[in-house]
Amino acid sequence: MRLTACARNYTLPPDWSKNPKVSGFFGEHFMGRFAKVLQSSIGAKVAMAVTGILLVLFIIAHMLGNLLMFAGPEATNAYAKGLKDLGALLWVARIGLLVVFLVHIGSALRLWRMNQAARPQAYAVSESTMVTYAGRSIVLTGLLVLAFAAYHLLHFTLFATNPEFAQLHDAQGRHDVYRMVVLGFGNTAVSGVYLVSMILLGLHLSHGVTSLFQSLGINNPSYNPLIKRLGPWSGVIVAVGFMAIPLAVLAGVLK
Amino acid sequence: MDLTLRVWRQKDGQSTGSLETYQVSGIIPDMSFLEMLDVTNERLIEEGKEPIAFDHDCREGICGACSLVINGKAHGGFSGTTTCQLHMRKFNDGDTITVEPWRASAFPVLKDLVVDRTSFDRIIQAGGFISANTGGAPDGNAVPIPKPDADAAMDAAACIGCGACAASCPNGSAMLFVAAKVSHLAHLPQGVPERGQRVLSMVARMDEEGFGNCTNHAECEAMCPKDISISHIAKMNREFIRATVRGE
Ligand code: HEM
Ligand code: SF4
Ligand code: FES
Repeated sequence: MRLTACARNYTLPPDWSKNPKVSGFFGEHFMGRFAKVLQSSIGAKVAMAVTGILLVLFIIAHMLGNLLMFAGPEATNAYAKGLKDLGALLWVARIGLLVVFLVHIGSALRLWRMNQAARPQAYAVSESTMVTYAGRSIVLTGLLVLAFAAYHLLHFTLFATNPEFAQLHDAQGRHDVYRMVVLGFGNTAVSGVYLVSMILLGLHLSHGVTSLFQSLGINNPSYNPLIKRLGPWSGVIVAVGFMAIPLAVLAGVLK
Repeated sequence: MDLTLRVWRQKDGQSTGSLETYQVSGIIPDMSFLEMLDVTNERLIEEGKEPIAFDHDCREGICGACSLVINGKAHGGFSGTTTCQLHMRKFNDGDTITVEPWRASAFPVLKDLVVDRTSFDRIIQAGGFISANTGGAPDGNAVPIPKPDADAAMDAAACIGCGACAASCPNGSAMLFVAAKVSHLAHLPQGVPERGQRVLSMVARMDEEGFGNCTNHAECEAMCPKDISISHIAKMNREFIRATVRGE
């Protein structure tokens, strides 16, 4: 290297020593450190990868739960009741998921703003060779998935769009989730929203899942071909898994 | 060869520039891209016009001074080739060639095709060095270095600091450059004393300079004239995670 210096003499950049003092539940030290790491570009990327993994695990669990629809009303309603019966634990999971979502989206938007500022002027002739559609549109697909998540909660969790869903009960007096889903997806427009949203989620994952390995520093010639395929495949599996239900309802397979 | 050039002309950092069109004839296919610009400039001077300002120095692909986004690709986008090593035979007679400066807010345009790349120097100053004792030069073979580490360090050390990575990245991210330096030194025993502080300070400086963040498109890797692999970015991420977890 051109420069040589003694380790004891060189100074850290001024901004690095400006340790943000964030006081919080875990005490100044831990939260301050956490906030500082999140402020760094790589720290934010790592946070996105870790929260991305947690979101993917949630999505896969959610998808497997949904596929119980194919096992019939008994399996579906019993599973739904089992979840509700978790009580306090369910709330811990919900709040945890919310925090994970907020860190993922918060970091995404902050990094996106920085990236917009870093490249204010476009080239007159622009030729990307590597940028894929899924990669370029990841913020957009993420935000559309967020909008979908809000609608989905209003639809099947809070019944804001369909108050009659709250009145559905099966013979054992459990909430009749099976009938609710069949009725809900009987509406072609509603099914359409779900189908399109799941394609968007699949696109998001097709770049995101491959990308998260690199963000965590996992890049090795022996696994790279697998990692490259993991994103697109996880996108396809998640999209198809979720789309199977509205499609089956529309086709009259589930009724 | 007769060519139509569309070149970004900008008086200084304050002015707004624009693309100007020039007709150049009699270009020999064996000329380098910079020699073609030299010929264009001689004619502009003869016509009493301001020549096109562009950066260059070694003209043999080792200094990192030349730049230019040619037809939308940094250094023209030919594998392992800097603009100074690019021959006009890669183009066809009658072609229109668009030439623009590096675009990134951390690389402000100074004049025409010349941008200010001192942001890279400041990133190097933040940690791209090793401690060296004064005194007699140590025996080069006294420190054993495993072959794979030496190879990886050598691959990373090939970076000439040209900035094509940041210029071609849709996010204006300089991570390939920073990663090349971090990875080069982290692979070698000589780089170990400052290993943790180095990655933290260089990344902090990179952020402060206003470069963007990697979203793993790998456009930089495709455009880098020294074929630096994004596996070095993964190495930098590992170094960052390691230093952070160790509380450095
Ligand atoms: C169920 C919902 C979601 C899942 C399962 C998910 C999953 C993922 C995963 C696994 C990654 C890769 C992380 C990395 O590159 O390190 C990622 C990246 C990303 N996500 Fe999400 N995400 C979800 C929702 C969202 C939402 C609502 C947004 C809103 C903006 C968003 C924006 C982003 C962005 C911008 C990236 C950056 C990817 C890149 O490096 O290019 N995501 N997501
Ligand atoms: S990594 Fe490649 S493109 Fe980036 S500065 Fe180094 S040589 Fe240039
Ligand atoms: S002029 Fe030195 S690398 Fe091109």
